[in-house]
Amino acid sequence: MFIDTETARRVAKLARIKVDEAALPALAKEFSAILGFIEQLNEVDVTGIEPMTSVTPQRLKRRDDVVTDGDQQPAVLANAPDAREGFFAVPKVVE
Amino acid sequence: MTELNTFTLAAARDAMRKGEVSSRELTQGCLDAIEGAGALNAFVHHTPEIALDQADQADNRIKAGDAPAMCGLPLGIKDLFCTKGVASQAASGILNGFQPEYESTVTTQLFDAGAVMLGKLNMDEFAMGSSNETSVYGNAINPWKVDADLTPGGSSGGSATAVAADLCLAATGTDTGGSIRQPAAFTGITGIKPTYGRVSRWGIIAFASSLDQAGPMTKDVRDAAIMLEAMCGHDPKDSTSADLPVPNFEAALTGDIKGKVIGIPKEYRMDGMPAEIEQLWSDGTAMLKDAGAEVRDISLPHTQYALPAYYVIAPAEASSNLARYDGVRFGHRAALAAGDGITEMYEKTRAEGFGPEVQRRVMVGTYVLSAGFYDAYYNRARKVRALIKRDFEAVFADGVDAILTPATPSAAFELGANLDPIQMYLNDVFTVTVNLAGLPGISIPAGLDAKGLPLGLQLIGRPWEEADLLNVAYSLERAAGFVAKPQKWW
Repeated sequence: MFIDTETARRVAKLARIKVDEAALPALAKEFSAILGFIEQLNEVDVTGIEPMTSVTPQRLKRRDDVVTDGDQQPAVLANAPDAREGFFAVPKVVE
Repeated sequence: MTELNTFTLAAARDAMRKGEVSSRELTQGCLDAIEGAGALNAFVHHTPEIALDQADQADNRIKAGDAPAMCGLPLGIKDLFCTKGVASQAASGILNGFQPEYESTVTTQLFDAGAVMLGKLNMDEFAMGSSNETSVYGNAINPWKVDADLTPGGSSGGSATAVAADLCLAATGTDTGGSIRQPAAFTGITGIKPTYGRVSRWGIIAFASSLDQAGPMTKDVRDAAIMLEAMCGHDPKDSTSADLPVPNFEAALTGDIKGKVIGIPKEYRMDGMPAEIEQLWSDGTAMLKDAGAEVRDISLPHTQYALPAYYVIAPAEASSNLARYDGVRFGHRAALAAGDGITEMYEKTRAEGFGPEVQRRVMVGTYVLSAGFYDAYYNRARKVRALIKRDFEAVFADGVDAILTPATPSAAFELGANLDPIQMYLNDVFTVTVNLAGLPGISIPAGLDAKGLPLGLQLIGRPWEEADLLNVAYSLERAAGFVAKPQKWW
């Protein structure tokens, strides 16, 4: 699979990682190499095989639908780069 | 008297219980060793006050006759484990300054069992790497040295270095594609990745959640058994943790493996494999045979597709797990220019906070999950993963008890060798199948190469049968008689 600069730009945007325009061609080349390696998977006959969903056969446990935690506002905000008046603060989202 | 930092867990435990040494003395011995080992860059956050406080508490418990399994034993903790009030940043710039408000289940269990934390250990950023060169803290250095500085492997490179250089008695590691076993092999120590679900992942910073498992990195198999038992167990906070009884692993170490069937998979004999690795493997095979095991050639036909499947599944899961690093709730936020909105905040924060390998994997993961490619890459990889697991199930159903393979395709390589990403990924060629199939795997040191560097062998066990696996490893360890230690140069 050949990844062009435009695809690399789109993927960076989807991943929300700023990549300088000048770095895109090299990034595209790296993606092409990695995806080329991955393409060996096309050699495998996967007819009738279900994609794995859980590596150990287990039924997920159910628990009582009750509140077990909460009232920890200071702890939740303790590591925030910007917290004000009990909230996470971010740049303006809505005009 | 032997220097206290060189003790095994078992020897230190027994000496403390006999009153021959205190946890404070052991802990101080390790703190002194760490102090003198800055050149190895293994410990990246030092917690001597916590360590000495925990040591004193452990000494009181021992005196009171209440000495649980890990009581008073000084450990290093990989930076991937959240430790309350202590920097836990997965060796990433994006978690700069992050001090969790909570304690991971594994460290909680270890501390409840009396263990002492000396500090946090270097690793590859978000556990993505096989050489510890992607760390924001800089490289950890292998205490084994031939001319140039060598990698301790990765991602648990700091853990491997710290144990091999006797900076701690043992360390926690995590293993997503080989991150316990490859560094253990590169540094001449023992490391076990248990069955997926044995150890709670709660509070361990996530990389690829369907593959990640924590395990101990220790000086020998007995120590691995002791520490693994303390780390295991059901945790309601991790829905994938198994509600199964945890056996007494140490009691399983009888060394008797008569009649056990050991499989030798032909697909692991790779083109261009160094003769020394081939020799080590056949020596190990002979040792198990001499110990009374039946050796059988087996086939795991989808082996060669494990790495490509892994490099779809792990980045896909990573791209999802790492979406949380957005500069809002914790860690780094980029300085913004006038007029920057929230999208610019995300993009700049993630560009500054993530290193190149993490960015690469997040983007590859994003691509393979994107509309139009999900089936071609992600679903296909999950189907191949099912086939890889089926390969193992078939040989286990045929009566194979454990599988012997080399741990790595080479000994430790030079730092700065500048491997391209795919060459670097090949380090995990023998270990990654085990994560994809959710199985337990252990690496033990079994010999030295011509340059005098350690080489490891890997044993792969049946799911949930770590006790049996540890016993086979114990038998192999006794036969291999590996006692070499790195020459101290640091």
